Amino acid sequence: MGLLSKKDSKLILDPLADNNPITIQVLGICSALAITAQLKASIVMAVSVLFVLGLGNVVISLMRNIIPSKIRIIVQLVVVAALVIVVDQVLKAYAYSLSKELSVFIGLIITNCIIMGRFEAFALGNGPWRSFLDGIGNALGYGVILIIVGFFRELLGSGTLLGFPVLGDPIEKTGLYSIGYENNGFMLLSPMALIVVGIIIWVQRSRNSALIEEN
Amino acid sequence: MAINTDKNSYTILFSILMVIVVGALLAFVAQGLKPTISENQRIEIQQNILYAMGVNDNVDGSREFIAAEKAGQVFSEYIKKQLVIQGDQVTENDNAYLIDLKKEKNLAKDPSYTRRLPLFVGEKDGQTYYVAPVRGKGLWDAIWGYVALDKDMVVQGVFFDHKGETPGLGANIKERFFMDDFSGEKLFNDGGNFEGITVAKGNADPKNDNKDDNEVDAIAGATITGDGVTAMLKGDLRLYVPYFKNLNNN
Repeated sequence: MGLLSKKDSKLILDPLADNNPITIQVLGICSALAITAQLKASIVMAVSVLFVLGLGNVVISLMRNIIPSKIRIIVQLVVVAALVIVVDQVLKAYAYSLSKELSVFIGLIITNCIIMGRFEAFALGNGPWRSFLDGIGNALGYGVILIIVGFFRELLGSGTLLGFPVLGDPIEKTGLYSIGYENNGFMLLSPMALIVVGIIIWVQRSRNSALIEEN
Repeated sequence: MAINTDKNSYTILFSILMVIVVGALLAFVAQGLKPTISENQRIEIQQNILYAMGVNDNVDGSREFIAAEKAGQVFSEYIKKQLVIQGDQVTENDNAYLIDLKKEKNLAKDPSYTRRLPLFVGEKDGQTYYVAPVRGKGLWDAIWGYVALDKDMVVQGVFFDHKGETPGLGANIKERFFMDDFSGEKLFNDGGNFEGITVAKGNADPKNDNKDDNEVDAIAGATITGDGVTAMLKGDLRLYVPYFKNLNNN
């Protein structure tokens, strides 16, 4: 990260691990549970959030001195909603098949608490460049967890990765299935996503004891 | 900062300006992109209809439409006639594929209105296909599709799509492993009455070798979407029965 000062690169790297929005701040859990049944959907959601959070943080940061504090949450919502609608329309016009794949996910970005959380906690008090880095960093931290969860849920739940059957054919009983392996359909349901996220949190905290809160 | 952002007058002014600016921006974007978007949707309908009658770029297990650039040309090549059935009247209409099923269904709530039923007659390798559009409700939102039939109303191919079914569960109705099961299924039962096709749980025939049972295997975890597909096929295809009876009598 020769391009960035130490302070700036911390903005990007911190949310990837020790200040991860999902596992440490426990933000954005809702979408992490809802859409990670397939790896592809997770990746797409991660990229969409990267775009909206990076840009949204800059917009909010530029307006931070003129936003009336009484209605700042509403202003933030309007910014996210407007960005999401623009993204949705542009995709529909120029990447139609991709937008068909995403369908509901684009709209779901609005509900992502990480976005509102970063607007409120960071962009309202920092300049546009630092806000941009903070947005990118948090979106990446969110995306990493999403992709990890999506990987395990699709692999164990459907026996596929990105739609490719990697474990053999469950109906023809080839590959792993020939020795009696079965897909765990429960992995496709949201409760298992919560358990996978829980396991990630557990692994992360047992590796870094500084993250464990004192009682 | 020089501006006092806590004043009520400022807050009101700000919100008014924000609404105007954001509203104008969104209206501008939507208007500018509208022609491209509706063109995309038009091509998609052509691709869907062609997919149902087996004109697609599928390789092995993949689900690929005919390329968007040549969809229009291929469509006019394969689809010989587009019909609109309204009661006893059958008319040809080259834009029948643009009929909005959702609007027709709403209009049909008025008993004095006879619903227009589009039917696309296609020909491939010397065989005639009758492709009928269907539309219904899934778990979260609309589901729809196109069903290619032969003259005895035996399914030759289907295409399903959905607006917002659960990924990995209900959303799988548009995957090959589900859609392919429909090919060869009959809409009539042994007694010759219209039966439709039931998306059945606990179907003892997962590979779907039995084509006479009016059943296909359901997707685990997608009960309501599956029931939606059943209802959609039963409800919408039933309306075409008189046309096919007539066709076979002549």
